[in-house]
Amino acid sequence: MADIQALALAPPQPAPAAARMGKFSAYFGTPGNTIISVASIVAIVFVAKLAIGWLFIDAVFAGTGEACKVASGACWPFVAQKLRYMLFGFYPYEEQWRPLLALLLLFGACLFSMIPRFWSRALLIAWIVVILPVLYILMAGGVFGLTPVATTSWGGLPLSFMLSFVGLTLALPLGIVLALARASNLPAIRVLAVGFIEIVRGVPLISILFMATVMLPLFMPDGVTIDKLVRAQVAIILFASAYIAEIVRGGLQDVPAGQVEAGKSLGLHYWQVMRKIVLPQALKKVIPPMVGLFIGFFQDTTLVTIVGLVDFLDTVRAAIRDPEWQGIAVLEGYLVAAAVYFTFSALMGAYSRFLEKHFRTTHA
Amino acid sequence: MKQALLSICAAALGLAAAGSASAATTLETVKARGKLVCGVSLATPGFAAPDDKGRMQGFDADICRSIAAAVFGDGDKVEFVPTNINTRFQALQSGEIDVLSRQTTHTFSRDASLGLDFGPTVFYDGQGLMVPKSLGVSSAKELTEAAICTLPGTTTAQNISDFFRAINGKFELVVFESPDENRAAFYSGRCEAITSDRSDLASIRAVANNPADYIVLPETISKEPLAPAFRQNDSQWGDIVSWSVWMLMAAEEKGITQANVDEKLKSEDPDVQRMLGATEELGKMLGLDNKWGYNVIKSVGNYGEVFERNVGEGTKLGLTRGPNALWNAGGLIYSPPIR
Repeated sequence: MADIQALALAPPQPAPAAARMGKFSAYFGTPGNTIISVASIVAIVFVAKLAIGWLFIDAVFAGTGEACKVASGACWPFVAQKLRYMLFGFYPYEEQWRPLLALLLLFGACLFSMIPRFWSRALLIAWIVVILPVLYILMAGGVFGLTPVATTSWGGLPLSFMLSFVGLTLALPLGIVLALARASNLPAIRVLAVGFIEIVRGVPLISILFMATVMLPLFMPDGVTIDKLVRAQVAIILFASAYIAEIVRGGLQDVPAGQVEAGKSLGLHYWQVMRKIVLPQALKKVIPPMVGLFIGFFQDTTLVTIVGLVDFLDTVRAAIRDPEWQGIAVLEGYLVAAAVYFTFSALMGAYSRFLEKHFRTTHA
Repeated sequence: MKQALLSICAAALGLAAAGSASAATTLETVKARGKLVCGVSLATPGFAAPDDKGRMQGFDADICRSIAAAVFGDGDKVEFVPTNINTRFQALQSGEIDVLSRQTTHTFSRDASLGLDFGPTVFYDGQGLMVPKSLGVSSAKELTEAAICTLPGTTTAQNISDFFRAINGKFELVVFESPDENRAAFYSGRCEAITSDRSDLASIRAVANNPADYIVLPETISKEPLAPAFRQNDSQWGDIVSWSVWMLMAAEEKGITQANVDEKLKSEDPDVQRMLGATEELGKMLGLDNKWGYNVIKSVGNYGEVFERNVGEGTKLGLTRGPNALWNAGGLIYSPPIR
C-alpha cells in the first residue's frame, strides 16, 4: 500500500523520447483522434481570431459613444470612463482612495494569510483586532478626520468582497460548531442543529435575504432600524453556515471512531480531541467541496441586488445604462464583470489545489 | 442597567437606535440627521442614474434635491438610496427613506393600502407602443397578431391586455427580464412592437442605431402620473414635499430661474416676494426657513429647467413637454397659489 502511494506521489520523471512521440500519436494516432484534434484546432483558431478582432483590431480605444456605435469592435473608452464607478459605486468620488486602499489591504492580508508558513495564533488575532477594524474605519470613516460615509453609499467591488469574504469567514466557525452539534450525543443540541440546518437549506437564499431586508424591519419597534447591509450580511452568514456544516459533517464521518477513542483514552477532553485530532483530519478531507462552496457563494452574493444593495454586478449594469453609452457597450460591461469574477474564482480554485497538495505531502 | 445593556447590544449589532424616535416627526428626524434620505431608482437615464463620478443625476434626483433645499437650504444634503421595484415601498414604510422619488405611478390601491401618501404629480407619463417604420403601421389598432416585447412589470402587461381586449385584437406578449435584452430583441426584429411608458420608449428609440427607423404610435393606453411618495399620517412632512414640488412649478410660471433668482428677490410682484421669502413668513408655517423657496430654485432651478436639463429636447431622451407643459401652455402642470 505504502509503495503504491509513494509511487503515485513520486515527482513525474522527464518523459523519454518514445513517450513524447506517444503524445503526438495520442492526438493523431487514429483517424478518429485526428478528426477531433483538427476540428478542435480549427475551432480554437476561429474563436481566437474573432476574439482578437473584437478586442483589439476593430476596437475603439478613444472617443465617445458615437465612435463606438459605428465600430464593430469593443468600446474601451466606455470601460475607461466608467471603471471607477463600476468599482466603487456611489462612494463619494473624492473619498474613493479609501475603498481602494481597503481593497488593497484586504488582498494583501489575504495573500499573506494564504501561505501556511505564516499561520499562527498571532495572525488570527491580527485579523480580528487590526485588519478588520482598519478596513471598517477606512470604509465608514467618522474618526481620524475621515468623512463619515453611510453604508447606503457603499457599493461595487468592496461591497461584493465584504459580503462574501466576511460572510464566509464568519460562517466557517459557525458551520463547524453546527456540524459538531449535529454529531453531538446530547439530543437537545442535536435537534436544534438539525432543525436550523434543514430549515435554512430548505429555502432559497433569496427568500432569506427578503426576510432580512423586507420583513424584519416591519417587526422592529418604531425608530429602530438595523443597517440594511448588516441584515444582508447576517443572512448570508447564516445561510452559508448551514451548507458548511453539512460539508464538515461529511468530513467528520470519515474520521474513524477509533481516533476519538484513542484521544479519550489519553485523557483528553472533548474539545481537545476535536481540536487536535478529529477536526484537522476532517477539514483536510473537505477542502475541495468547501472551496467549491466558497466560489459558489462568492458569486451568489450578486443576489443582494434584489434587496437594493448595489454590488459590483449592479454598478456594472448601471454603467451600461448611462444614456451616453446605453445600447452601445453592453457586452464590454458584462465582460469586465465576468473577468473580475473569473479571476477571483480561478484564484480560489488554484489555492484549493495548492492546499490539497500541501497537506498531502506533509501528512502522507 | 437593562437599558444600558440593551443599547450596548444595539451598538454591537450595528443598530442605529434613534432613541425615542417613535414620537419624532419626519421633519425632526431629517433635521437631526442633517440630510434627507431619498429613495430613487438605480439606473433609469434621465430620471435617476449615476454620472461618471457616481453622483445621482436626473429628474427624480432633482425632486429630492429640491426637498433637501427646502429643509436645509442646500440641495446637496441628500443621501440617495437606490431602491428597486421589490423594495421601494417597504423602504418607505420602515423609515429607511424619507421620500420615495422613483417614477412611481400614483394609483388608488397604492394610496389606500400601502400606508403611504402621494405628493403632486411631477411627471405625466402613459404607456405607449413603438414599432419600426418599415412595418407600415400608424395606429396600435392596426397591430394584428403582433409579438410585443415588454418587461415583466406589474401593470405594463395588464394594460396591453386590457387595450387589446377592448378592441378585440390578438397579440403575443414576449417578456424579457432585463431592459438590455428587451431592447435588443426589439431591434433585432424578434417583436413587431415594444411597449413601455412613453418616456422610456423615447430613451429606447434614442439609443437605436438609426432612431429615425422607429416611430412611437399615437395611442396612450394607460395613465401613469408619476409622483413622490411619503409615509401617511405626517401632514407636515407631506406639505413640505408637496410644496417643494409646487414651488418648482410656480417658479416656472413666474419666470423665476436658477440664474435670475437673486434679481427676483427685488421683484415688485407680491407673489414672487412671498415665494422667495422677501415678505411675509410662509416658510415658518411649514417649520422651514423663510427663504425656503429661494433655496429650492437656487439649487435646482424651476420645473421647466429641471425637465429640460434631464429629459428635455436637448438630452438623449429628447422628450417634448407634451402634458408636462404648464397649464397656461396647454399642459397639466398646475400649482396652487403660494400665498
